[in-house]
Amino acid sequence: MSLRTVEMALATPGADREGRPIRVPLGVAEPAGGHYDEDFGAEHMLVNIGPQHPATHGVLRLVVELEGETVKRVIPHVGYLHTGFEKLGEYRFYNQIIPLTDRTDYLAPMANNVGLALAVEKLMGLEVTERCRVLRVIACELSRIISHLVWLGTTGIDLGAFTPFLWSFQERERVYNLQEAWTGARLTPSVTRVGGMMADIPEGWEAGLREFLQTFPKTLREVDTMFTRNSIWIGRTQGVGVLTREEAINYSLSGPMLRASGVDYDVRKDRPYLGYDEYDFDVPVGEHGDIYDRYRIRLEEMTQSVRILEQALAKLRPGPINVDDPRVILPPKSRAMSDMEAMIYHFKQVMEGVKPPAGEAYFGIENPKGELGYYFVSDGTAKPVRWRIRPPAFINLSSLPKMCEGALLSDVIAINASVDIVMGEVDR
Amino acid sequence: MTAPVSSSVAPLRAEFGAAVERHLVSCGDTIIYVSRERQHEALAWLRDTPGQEFDYLTDVTAVDYRDPERPLEVVYQLRSLGRRADLRVKVALDKRLPLEVRSVWDLWKGADWLEREVYDMFGVSFTGHPDLRRILMWDTYAEGYPLRKDFPLRGHFSRAEQTRQALAANPEAHYSIEELSIADAFAELPKDMQERLARGERGFLR
Repeated sequence: MSLRTVEMALATPGADREGRPIRVPLGVAEPAGGHYDEDFGAEHMLVNIGPQHPATHGVLRLVVELEGETVKRVIPHVGYLHTGFEKLGEYRFYNQIIPLTDRTDYLAPMANNVGLALAVEKLMGLEVTERCRVLRVIACELSRIISHLVWLGTTGIDLGAFTPFLWSFQERERVYNLQEAWTGARLTPSVTRVGGMMADIPEGWEAGLREFLQTFPKTLREVDTMFTRNSIWIGRTQGVGVLTREEAINYSLSGPMLRASGVDYDVRKDRPYLGYDEYDFDVPVGEHGDIYDRYRIRLEEMTQSVRILEQALAKLRPGPINVDDPRVILPPKSRAMSDMEAMIYHFKQVMEGVKPPAGEAYFGIENPKGELGYYFVSDGTAKPVRWRIRPPAFINLSSLPKMCEGALLSDVIAINASVDIVMGEVDR
Repeated sequence: MTAPVSSSVAPLRAEFGAAVERHLVSCGDTIIYVSRERQHEALAWLRDTPGQEFDYLTDVTAVDYRDPERPLEVVYQLRSLGRRADLRVKVALDKRLPLEVRSVWDLWKGADWLEREVYDMFGVSFTGHPDLRRILMWDTYAEGYPLRKDFPLRGHFSRAEQTRQALAANPEAHYSIEELSIADAFAELPKDMQERLARGERGFLR
């Protein structure tokens, strides 16, 4: 049996001039008096990770085939959190589907709500009001911030850095407070309705958001100081889990995963919705397609979200939040109780629901995890024939076996973290 | 609301003739129906032809309509990242025939899990897929295909039977035979477990 050489990236105290880690080849020295046991390294070992394991970010199960410490193959098993949302949606009115979207990607619920409302509005050909559009942009960008903060904190923990987790969860808590003040719920806000919003923001809310926007970039700078030039972080992330530009496209990746591989595609820029083309923001694009680039992109996206939120606050003018269309929006309670026509509309909507015309529509939005698409097929009744979620985390995760080929076992944890999965969405 | 038809329709019709069954526009999205026989060829053509360049597979899914006579449709959402254009290609499958369609895994690796999900939820077989197994439901799931319209919301089995099967699940036998063989651990398993696995019993024991 021939001797094998294992080359691995060590977290050396210094990176080279380009900031890449210094790779130390570790030779397997031949013992003085002869050879190793014939069996050494001959057998592949099977390691089961999860489904109950903190580093799998939920109930993901990975079966890893190892040769020594090198990964030969990864077989992911998903479905432990399968809830059948798509089936359930076929038995619900369109507005009743919104609470289901909260529970798919539960780390960015408001963005899911917005995506669903936009898809149904596309099906119906509705245009929402200006104030509603700005409020939805705020909802989307706040979701992006909290989702990326969870990613940052948990990935830091996976790689052994505990402190940024505390910082990021502290900031996330502040966004959750804002979310709670707006919608009454922390995890399941259900903030949109078809044709408008569930509620307008309460008095004084804008001031709260402004305060958050002023102090949050300081935390981002702290994280940047802690991670970006940290040699342990660099050693664990640079050159690990690499996907080239062509592979990223071929594997249908989206969001930060796609852009880290150098593909300049962001739904907000390339198929603008909610007036994103009127906002001034940049889309970070990586070049190496490794974990480090994914980290840089997510960090920068939070900075850009702060920019968008500041512009959104400046754009926010008083006005109606709902479209003036009795087919989709309930009349105010006072009118429903005093005006016959309004009462009939109220009754019809509660009993029969919103009825889009027969047809089908796909609408994709740029969610924190990637492109979240909702595909509706309607036959003209109040319940969809088919409600399909295009789950960005599910599709991004399907590239995991490819990324883990030839990596080390400890890299599997880092690579899996870099995908930014949320099992509620993977399993639906 | 009238939206323009995608510029890909005319060249696709010119190339594939009657294999392009029909096209329509719904909510601004162009939908092209291609025949089952030439679906793979048409998708490969859309991906590789200059001027089309649909290099990105956004989604693969299926639709089962409430009308039981209506064919089941497999839906491909295509996108050209360079041209910033989208196209929806559909293949209608007669439900009286075996639900089979060629896999596009060789064109887009992203189709791997998406096709497995369609197989899992609708029972459509994708020929040429390297690893067509259930993905969201477990391997031994016996109730059928959940997103078919003839599948009741609460499932085919009673609640009691579902609970009984869940409790009877044998975690010991939870590795698939493939996973055990790659690890060469099959020989070290207890005799009875080997026999059960050889008989194809995975997941749970009755």
